[in-house]
Amino acid sequence: MGQIVDVNDLSRSFVGKTALDGVSFHAAAGRVYGLVGANGAGKTTLLKHLLGLLRATTGSVRVFGLDPVRDPVGVLSRIGYLSEERELPEWMRVDELMDYTRAFHPTWDASYARELFESFALDPSKKVKELSKGMRAQAGLIAAVAHRPELLILDEPSSGLDAIVRRDILDAIVRTVADDGRTVIFSSHLLDEVERMSDNVTLMHQGRVTLSGALDDVRRGYQRSRVRFVEQLDQPPLLDTALAMEGGGRTWSVVHSGSLEQFHHSVLALGGEVVESRDATLEEIFLARAGRNRQQMEVA
Amino acid sequence: MDITINVTDGVPIYRQIVNQVKYLVASGLLQPGEELPPNRTLALQLKVTPNTIVKAYEELESSGVVHMRRGSGTFVSEGRQQLALRERRRIIEQRIDALLAEAHQLNFAADDILRMVRERKAAMDLGTTAEPADVEK
Repeated sequence: MGQIVDVNDLSRSFVGKTALDGVSFHAAAGRVYGLVGANGAGKTTLLKHLLGLLRATTGSVRVFGLDPVRDPVGVLSRIGYLSEERELPEWMRVDELMDYTRAFHPTWDASYARELFESFALDPSKKVKELSKGMRAQAGLIAAVAHRPELLILDEPSSGLDAIVRRDILDAIVRTVADDGRTVIFSSHLLDEVERMSDNVTLMHQGRVTLSGALDDVRRGYQRSRVRFVEQLDQPPLLDTALAMEGGGRTWSVVHSGSLEQFHHSVLALGGEVVESRDATLEEIFLARAGRNRQQMEVA
Repeated sequence: MDITINVTDGVPIYRQIVNQVKYLVASGLLQPGEELPPNRTLALQLKVTPNTIVKAYEELESSGVVHMRRGSGTFVSEGRQQLALRERRRIIEQRIDALLAEAHQLNFAADDILRMVRERKAAMDLGTTAEPADVEK
């Protein structure tokens, strides 16, 4: 128990292009961490550092208190990993792939693996190259979880998969946490999935962490309100804490941060009223933050 | 346990679970002493992180709706549940809506229904009609 991942001030660039810029990320045992951000935000690069596949340019990476680059065996034997590409050896049969994976993991749980094969109705005698996209994901998932890893890392696991296989993946996340109190870090562009499955959420944008914390805390800071003005407005009202706005004329829908009281005041000052407010969804926060960053870039 | 999660309305998921369990208890669909599903089972059913179920159950326990027995599970508490007026209204209003819809189909006006409700109540008070609860027993 305790701290599983500690990334401090990690920066990394590829041929002059900054991929990660001062990223800090921490994960404690028994929780699910959701990583969100647009393509190229740095999610995969961060995860590859946890696996020791990339070396930090500056900053430090510790998993189970170890440096994954210097002690790959000590770290990787305790991690389960499934990537979007699902790079599996094409020429192997599925059961050979499992034997191969098992050889690296003394904690392999054969009965758990068998149970998963049955529930997925996956034929172990098939060759990897004969598998459909969904079956590849299922085979990759079994290989990632059957040794009951202390840390399960899933990089866009649901990408391009149908609802049934996506459900299998979510089930694997739940079981990893519920059965053994282990830790999951997963990246996804499906925000409803992230909202359901995450205890903590980290939003990345252009190589930086722009928002991070317990999901409830992150969500609490943002509201979505409907506001109505006495007169028609030709352009969006200028409200201090507004991050995103849609609507027109007298009625606008606003995603905003800060206190609700403060928001009421600034709407009132413009001759309007707040019709209703509720907590913003993760998707609304994410889109609002991305939009704001774009605006700032345009100004700069 | 019949619970639906909606991630589009901004209500935190643990709160959705708390509200719906309270409703199930208040409406009698969950009976005192009945066991709630274990964390893992409900997390798998709803496709949510197990820690959210833990949080919801803890909140239900601190508001007295359920109690946890170490090592055995989570059970609906005995005794009449203290429910907020809003929740009690919501439950009754759902029944009224159903009654009005059926009345409309059968060509009764709302005033007829009001009159009939009063007549039934009076008959009940006089003991000239069996209470539905007695019929069930």
